[in-house]
This record gives sequence, C-alpha cells and structure tokens, in this order.
Amino acid sequence: MTTLLEMRGISKLFPGVRALDHVNLSVEAGEIHAICGENGAGKSTLMKVLSGVYPHGSYEGDIVYDGETLAMKSITDSEAKGIIIIHQELALVPLLSIAENLFLGNEVAKAGVINWPLAFQKTSALLQKVGLNEAPTTIVGKLGVGKQQLIEIAKALAKDVRLLILDEPTAALQENDSQKLLDLMLELKAQGVTQIIISHKLNEIGRVADRITIIRDGSTVSTLNRADISEDRIIRDMVGRDMAHRYPDRTPNPGEVLMEVKDWNVFHPDQKDRQTIRNAALTVRKGEIVGIAGLMGAGRTELAMSLFGHSYGRNISGEIAMGGKPVDTSTVTKAVAAGLAYVTEDRKALGLILDEPILRNISLANLAGIARRGVLNQRREAQVAEDYRRAMNIRTPNVQQKVVNLSGGNQQKVVLSKWLFTDPQVLILDEPTRGIDVGAKFEIYNIMNQLAADGRGIVMISSEMPELLGMCDRIYVMNEGRIVGELSRAEASQERIMAMILNSVGKAA
Amino acid sequence: MSEKTYLSSHLREYGMIMALVAIVFFFTVIVRASIDVDFLSAQNITNLFLQNSYVIIMALGMLLVIVAGHIDLSIGSVVGFTGAVAAVLTVNLGWPVFAVIPACLIVGGLIGAAQGYWVAYWKIPSFIVTLAGMLVFRGSTLWLLNGQNIGPFPRSFQSLSTGFIPDIFGDADQVLLGMERLNGTALLIVVVAACLVVWLGLRKRAQDAGFGVTPEPAVVFWIRNAIVCGALIFVGYKLAIFRGLPNVVMVLAVLTVIYAFFTEQTTSGRRIYALGGNEKAAKLSGIKTERLVFFCFVNMGVLAALAGMIVAARLNSSTPKAGAGFELDVIAAVFIGGASMTGGSGKIVGVVVGALIMGVMNNGMSIMGIGIDYQQVIKGLVLLAAVIFDVYNKNK
Repeated sequence: MTTLLEMRGISKLFPGVRALDHVNLSVEAGEIHAICGENGAGKSTLMKVLSGVYPHGSYEGDIVYDGETLAMKSITDSEAKGIIIIHQELALVPLLSIAENLFLGNEVAKAGVINWPLAFQKTSALLQKVGLNEAPTTIVGKLGVGKQQLIEIAKALAKDVRLLILDEPTAALQENDSQKLLDLMLELKAQGVTQIIISHKLNEIGRVADRITIIRDGSTVSTLNRADISEDRIIRDMVGRDMAHRYPDRTPNPGEVLMEVKDWNVFHPDQKDRQTIRNAALTVRKGEIVGIAGLMGAGRTELAMSLFGHSYGRNISGEIAMGGKPVDTSTVTKAVAAGLAYVTEDRKALGLILDEPILRNISLANLAGIARRGVLNQRREAQVAEDYRRAMNIRTPNVQQKVVNLSGGNQQKVVLSKWLFTDPQVLILDEPTRGIDVGAKFEIYNIMNQLAADGRGIVMISSEMPELLGMCDRIYVMNEGRIVGELSRAEASQERIMAMILNSVGKAA
Repeated sequence: MSEKTYLSSHLREYGMIMALVAIVFFFTVIVRASIDVDFLSAQNITNLFLQNSYVIIMALGMLLVIVAGHIDLSIGSVVGFTGAVAAVLTVNLGWPVFAVIPACLIVGGLIGAAQGYWVAYWKIPSFIVTLAGMLVFRGSTLWLLNGQNIGPFPRSFQSLSTGFIPDIFGDADQVLLGMERLNGTALLIVVVAACLVVWLGLRKRAQDAGFGVTPEPAVVFWIRNAIVCGALIFVGYKLAIFRGLPNVVMVLAVLTVIYAFFTEQTTSGRRIYALGGNEKAAKLSGIKTERLVFFCFVNMGVLAALAGMIVAARLNSSTPKAGAGFELDVIAAVFIGGASMTGGSGKIVGVVVGALIMGVMNNGMSIMGIGIDYQQVIKGLVLLAAVIFDVYNKNK
C-alpha cells in the first residue's frame, strides 16, 4: 500500500489556545481511517487545515498529498485535488432540487446556460451509485436527514473525490440509516476512494475502519491497526484515564416524592392526530437523580418540554403534582413558580442570549429576584452572577463577558446558574453534557450530585447510556412516546435498556 | 487599561458624540464662511429642536420596536392620520385641547394595537403588517381630510410645538444680569440637568467599580462630561437669550429620561432586549414575548400620535401629506444611533444622538441652500457609512 496523505507536525494556534500541537496523521491509499477524540480534542481543526479552510501559512507543519507538498489557500484548492469534506451540519439548500444541489457551484452548463437533460442524467447516475432511489427533481428539504447525507456524498462523487472526509456522518441518523451509510462507505472503499471518518461511535468505527488515530488535547496519542482496536483501549487513549473514574462517587439518599406525573398525553404541534407522548407517568424523589433513556425521537425532549410550561405540543392532558399538591405548569412562568426548571439540550438556540453578558443571562429567568417594583438593582445582579461564577467555577475574567465567547462547558454552567437562581425543586437536564469536553463533563456531574445532595430532584435526559448508568439512581426507558420500563441502578445495564427499547417496538398501538 | 485601548474598545459610543460635535463644528465654520450666518444662533438652535422634535420622539419608540426585532413602517402615515384626527376634533367639532390630546394619543395606541396584534400573536412579519398600515392610514388621512387642509388651530393647541416654558423669575433676572430677555427658568433647568448628568455619571462609575467592570478612565470620563455639559449649558444659554425653553424640548428631555430609565433599569425593558436577542430562549425563560411585542407597537403608536399633533401644531394645519417619509428618517436615526439590525441591542442615548446628527445635517444643508436632491444623497451615504462602521467594528 502507498501513502496517500501525510500530515507532519501540524500545529495551529488560536489566540491563547494551542488547538493542535505537532499532530501527525498518515492515511494510506484506499483505506478508511478513523479519527477519534473527545470534543475539543482538535479533530475538526485538523480537518479544516486539511481541507484548506485554514489556509497555508496560518498553521505550522507540512501536508504531503500524493507525493506533493500542498500549500492550499482555500477550499477550492483542496477540492481541485479531490479532497472533499462533508461537515456535520449539512450544506444543502433545502428549497432546491437534488440535481440543483448536486451541481451547485459546479453546474453542468455552457456559457452559464444549464444543460438540464445532461444534469438530470448525471444526477441519476450518481444517485444510483449512492443507492438512493429518488427523482433528480425532488426537493431536498422533503427528504430525511439520512437521505440528505447520501446526497452530500453524491455531491462529493460529482467532484471526482479521491479523499473523502466525513465529520460525524451518523450523528443525526437513525440506526438503519447509519447502517446504510456505513455500507456505502465500504462500497466506496472497494471503488478505491480513500476515506477519513470522524466519529464518536466506537461500534461504527469497529465496523468500517482499517486504522484509527486517536487525538487528545491537540496531540496524536496513538494510531492503531484494525487488529488492535478495542473499545477499552480507544477510551483509555481518548480520555487519558480509566472508565471507572469518569463519574464522581456519590451515596444516593432519596427522600419523599417531589414530583409526580400521571397520564401525560401530548399531541404533535403541527400534525393534529399524531400523539407524541402517550400516558407517561413518572416520579422524582428528593435528592434523587432519575434518568430517561431512549433513542433519538423517543419523545424524551418532547416530554420534558411539554411538562415545562407546555413549551412543546398541543392538546396536552395529564396531572402533575409537586410535593403531593397538584400544580398547573401550563405556562413557563407557572412551571417556574411551581418549582420546575428545564435546561435545554440546545443551549445556543434555546438556552442563552449569546450576545449578552453572563450576568444578564443568569438573571433572565428570575428578574424579579434582582428587582424591586419592576426596577432592576444592577448591583445585586452583578453580585448574584459573581456568586454563581465562583460556585460553578465558570472560567471567565469577569461576569460582563458575552457568553458567546465562552466554551461549551462554561456556557452550560451559565444556563445551570440561570435556572438555579429560580431556586427550583426539580431540574430537568436535557443532554447536560452534550458538546462539552471531558473535564467540564466531570464538573457538571459534580454539580448535579451537589444539587441532589441539597435535596433537589434531578431528571437527566441523555443519549449517552454510560453516562446515565454512571449517574442515575433510577432510569426510565422511553420509546415511541411511551415510558416502556423502569430500572433501578442495580438492575440497569446497557443491554437491558436496549432490550426494553427493542421489545417495545411496534407495541405502541 | 490605558485610555487608548479603552477608547478603541468603545469606539462606537464615543465616535457618535465626536461625530455630532464634528458635524456641528463643520457647519458652524462652513455656514459662517459661505453665507456669513451664525449656525449656532439662538434662533437657529431653537429651530433645530422644533424641526426635529418629532423624529427624536418617534425614534425613542422605534428603538424598542427594533430592539424587539421588528420594524414599523406605518408611523409616517400615523403621524398624518392623528394630525388629521386632531384637526377634525378641534377645528370641525370644537373640542377643547385638553380633550383632544388624550383622544389622539388613544387613537395612536389603538392603531399600534391593531398592528401589534397581528405581529405579536399571529407572527405576521412586521414589515408586511406595517407596510399595509402605511397604505391604510395614508388613505384614511386623505379620506378624513377630504383631500384638503384643515386649520388653523387655536393658540392653545399651537403652543404644543411653538410654545415656550414661561419664565418663573419674571423681570428680576433682567435687572440682575443686565441683559434683555434672558430666561432664568431655561438657564436654571439646564444647569440642574448638567449637574444631574455628572452626578449620575459619578454614581455609575462607583457602581461599575463595585461590579469589577473596567471603569471608564478618569480622563475620558471628565472630558466626555465636559463636552456634554458644556454643550447643554451652551444650548441652554442660547435658548435663554432667545425665547426660553420650547415646550417641545421639555417634552423631549422628559421622554428621553423616561425611556432611558425604562430600557436600562426596569425588568420590562430588559425583557425586550432579551426577546430581541433570542426570542426562543427568552420564551423558555418565562418571558411573555408576545405581550412585549404587542406593547412595543402600542407604545410606537402613541408616540407617533404625539409626533402627529406636534407636526400639525407646528404647521398650524393638517394636510393629507403630513408625515410622508418620516418613517425613513426615524429608522435611519435609530440605525445611525447604533441599534442592531437583527434586534437585541441599541441605546436610547445613541438614538437621540443619531437623530440629532440627522437633524443637524438637515438644518445645516438647508441653511446653506443645498438642494433637496443632494441632501437626500448625503443623508443616505451617512446612514450607510454609520452601519458599515458598526459592522466593521464588530468584525475587527
């Protein structure tokens, strides 16, 4: 085998941060090479260097591709070499057709006039290659994410790709769509397309990757051959410490029931007849951390948001009691007054006002707490923010800093502070550690344990099963809008949760 | 932090004040040189305020609308319509002024409510709703006035825009200062206002230090206050030797203080910024976003009605064309004043300065006899330059 790509001693500095520190990566022609690492380890930065997003000269080190040293100024240069990257966020125009998207910026045209018959013909051929059975005129926005992902790959094929980079391609896909995509990757490999895949999902890597390079804190830790790949080894290299210490110790001490939900039914906000939550019931005790497990689309976020001020859905029915007394949570204000708080999974879009400073974000949900007869006491506001900055260890020079400048972990701490300032009895945390690095995750876990120890009830929604198993006293399993099972800490295991989900499929009706 | 780095990180705020001072200075020199007229004469300063009061008043409301992430294109027509209502009520029906003013304000509020309802609760884009409103109320003005001018207004109504605050010191100060017609009330008010500005500034500085905010360097603070207070007292003196403080200036000053307080010191004001910054996040934090948007439009309608009456009183008649194109001056003033196009930011003080910049340019160019054609081109370029400067500053 010959080496197609060699990145040598790549270093990239951002103001105050060394994002990459002498990273080496060697990819052989015709292989599928996986890159693993925690969030913030530098995987995406490395790929941006490779694809010309960061032009030559803005980093140190050499890129040798097909025997020649590259000095790319832009993505156009890298694409001319057949290096094509498919980003996590798809770059398709939803209102245009498949054919229009495939050749966007690269139209099948003469003197600016598009040759539609030829374009459609080429589109059909490419769609066949990626195994997608759709008309070239189909509007992209009408397709699911899985199919859109395939269109991205077809788009890469249209540009005569030699090295295809896929950045977390299955992150938003359902299981069967993921499988299809992995099959396609293997097929492309058979046709000689070299591929780099960035993924967190170790089972997928195990299935397709020939070799794997692990990056931690901006440096290459190891490159493993297929034979040496094991989950334990990968995790150890990624995290730099053993699994056993990923979750802080805690002695659970559940008290009386804080929140009880019964017969909770919710319908889809746009499709009247579609029921998204069916007869959900759950309890949360004082000092307890309760998990909700489930696949994407199981209805976990929908359940949480409908409970919290009917922020999702319509025709909501059911009962909620806090501390034994029935409460009304039909608006956010009422839900907060009842002692409920919801920390969203999408903190940038739904949790924070990015362009405002930390202190204004923290006070937002409880302005009454820093005001008297509607007039703000800004001294008190700053004091409150300062207190939370210390308590939560938010890393920032001062609380006047705009939250857009903070890292994911620190942003999450700001959102948590905002809700703690409303003094809730029960906090629903929706994917509280999504998109934040290992160290900050550990801090968030510690905060959660502290909140439970203070006698609050915590509901944790997470797609990472090890996290639920490591943190929760009890786990509800959701599927297709129902709660299909409940496991105590002792009973819970990844296998049992999956079994509960799979056994419930199709029994919904 | 040195003065220099502080200034460059707050370039926008100081740039505005400097620009205003520079433009005034420019016109003073140019007007003197070209046609030998005193740009800063007492009469011209009075005129400047009388001519531009309506823009500033509406810009206060427009800032709220724009901060909330919306726009109101209908205000020019609302100015015309409420002016017409005032004319019909006073001239045709003989209502007394004390009844006409609240009636017109209510009409303005209802118009704002009618538009705000669709924007807030039906999520119809404000651009569309208020574009419709612009046509509807221009047409209604024509209908109400039967296509003709109605006037003149009684003196009491005219004093809304042409009246002056009476001098409580009577003749005493004439003797005291040996000058004719020096208005003691006007002087007293501006001196008190200047003292208040300094006192509030000092208080805020002390507070900022307590929060751990980098305070404005002392040199910058005193220079800025010297400029602001100097300008205040200078303007006050000029007004005092002419006819005193116009009623409109008092209304303006009081409204500016109220809106500055509302936007910066109250929970409702804060919530409007939050809503403009990220509506979904604000909503999930328990903020009643619809109600706030509705309020912003009602408030805009009321201020447009006030402006409508001031314009009618100044012209001493209601005309079907009154207020045409005002919305553009007002929106331009808000953006020159530093509000963000996407909502969530902008300050009352900035907007007032922005409106003054527009006003000074209008006035200066008119005195110089520059044609309306060039005036429009220049104003357009200034607006563009201000916003480009903003964007450039952000990306830096």
